[in-house]
Amino acid sequence: MDDKLVIAGKEFSSRLFLGTGKFSSNEVMAKAIEASGTEMVTLAMKRIKLSDSSDDMLQHIAKPNIQLLPNTSGVRNAEEAVFAAKMAREAFGTNWLKLEIHPDPRYLLPDPVETLKATEQLVKDGFVVLPYCQADPVLCKRLAEAGAATVMPLAAPIGTNRGLVTLDFLQAIIEEATVPVVVDAGIGAPSDAAKAFEIGASAVLVNTAISVAANPVEMAVAFKEASVAGRRAYLAGLGAQSADFSAQASSPLTSFLND
Amino acid sequence: MFSDVIRKIDWEETTERIMSMTDADVRRALGKSRCDVDDFMAMISPAAAPYLEQMAALSQKYTRERFGKTINMFIPIYITNSCSNSCVYCGFHVENKIKRIILKEDEIVREYQAIKQLGPFDNLLIVTGENPAMAGVPYLAKALDLAKPYFNNLQIEVMPLKSEEYAELRKHGMNGVICFQETYHEANYKKYHPRGQKSIFEWRVNGFDRMAQAGVHKIGMGVLIGLEDWRTDITMMAYHLRYLEKNYWRTQYSVNFPRMRPSENGGFQPNVVMSDKELAQVTFAMRIFDHDVDISYSTREPEFIRNNMAALGVTTMSAESKTDPGGYACYPQSLEQFHINDDRKTADVVAALRARGLEPVFKNWDSSFDHEEMLLAK
Repeated sequence: MDDKLVIAGKEFSSRLFLGTGKFSSNEVMAKAIEASGTEMVTLAMKRIKLSDSSDDMLQHIAKPNIQLLPNTSGVRNAEEAVFAAKMAREAFGTNWLKLEIHPDPRYLLPDPVETLKATEQLVKDGFVVLPYCQADPVLCKRLAEAGAATVMPLAAPIGTNRGLVTLDFLQAIIEEATVPVVVDAGIGAPSDAAKAFEIGASAVLVNTAISVAANPVEMAVAFKEASVAGRRAYLAGLGAQSADFSAQASSPLTSFLND
Repeated sequence: MFSDVIRKIDWEETTERIMSMTDADVRRALGKSRCDVDDFMAMISPAAAPYLEQMAALSQKYTRERFGKTINMFIPIYITNSCSNSCVYCGFHVENKIKRIILKEDEIVREYQAIKQLGPFDNLLIVTGENPAMAGVPYLAKALDLAKPYFNNLQIEVMPLKSEEYAELRKHGMNGVICFQETYHEANYKKYHPRGQKSIFEWRVNGFDRMAQAGVHKIGMGVLIGLEDWRTDITMMAYHLRYLEKNYWRTQYSVNFPRMRPSENGGFQPNVVMSDKELAQVTFAMRIFDHDVDISYSTREPEFIRNNMAALGVTTMSAESKTDPGGYACYPQSLEQFHINDDRKTADVVAALRARGLEPVFKNWDSSFDHEEMLLAK
């Protein structure tokens, strides 16, 4: 089945993206990346020694089949993000960028105003921008209009593992999308990932649910399989969920039509 | 300013409320996903002592979610022990007949280089006594400038400054400020800090507002355990933390509760002692109260506490710290501010964390994030 995900002209066979924070070691992280079959991995530039190409964490992430997706976690406004993005482009040799602007260090919720501003500027500067954003359908339209390569609306606050808390909004975003929709943040279990695909998400990004699992490598496999299953189900066309049609013996609302 | 807030909170009443918390109050607090200060009081009260194991599990869960299996590493550097204050518990007390050192520029650089030999430290905490005339803002600015080639994340722990002074230091790459209130007991505060600028409670307690107003990214708070009733003191810090988070929501916060040891400074004996169990209880309570606050344990705490608490709620640690100016390279024998209890090598701390399935994170900030301030400086 040819079902490639295409972002900015680049094809991906895997629709599972991985984050690289919170792992118990770089070795475990590398194994989880491999087991997940992912081809897109995001990494926080704040964690990497930018001037050092032998940085241990980077060494464990950078592989020929992996698209590096540096993120700007730590910046608080568009100006800082644009500056950091340029540093990242130079350090990692890629113009792909996960734009993260969350000025609130408690809930790490993205600033919609600054994110849109930065997206506009970064697209002009030649970046492939994948912005992390609220599950706000209007904002997602605005980001796509500004030239974002995807939108990355959140399912729940980062790290909470609470699943598709924003389900209704994600459905609206997917329904209206002109760019791939990557459901990011808050996905806590493989069933959440499967559900995101079933409603039509193009990809999911998972980090905490894998990195803090008792066995991160096994969990990476579980997410890989759930992603494939969810996507297949979506393509196969889910049967309509039946409301309770059968049990109605009489027709109290429409019996007058039979008279 | 926080002084207006804290003056409306009665110390004795608060103590009474904490001590009269019941089993039901504790259960209610532990059942909530978002706790308020009342819940915090229940969790640090004696009534919560039987729930230590449950609290540990909750604390671990929240810590994992928010911080993962990682511990952020930092290292302090004392660049001067000169001080005009006379804090009764402190080794740098103005009347202590010790050799006073203000590290010169080349000495500071030698210290930085020596630190880099200990481990891949990238988060540096620059510490001073209070001597604005000889080691004031220009001296700190210089120390920050000199640190930039070696460290991405620069924090300071110095006397409270004016808002514009914090803003000035941001231009030199300063990312965070740590300042311990020591105690929130205003009436007794002056007893412990009889002289110098530090004797002014309000100046110190409002320092945090000034830091945040100057746009400091990260603010560290602390109560020195050993002065006043620790339960009440830390409750006041919880009020303070909530106040700051509400008013300055772009800032990240960390909390410390260093325990004073009976032997420090020879003279001063702590008024209250916090047991290891109580330290664990208050750490868990703080994490359940605030899932996102950074909880820091220094080398004041012994090895077994640091090793075990690392997986349960603590998120930041130092290693191989010297608390005397020049201690890393220039003057290995000068006087410490306090005695450390965990003198393991950095590699041993790292190995112990790894053995517990935790990744020690040395770099978690990039100096390019501070570029705006640096550009302004030019």
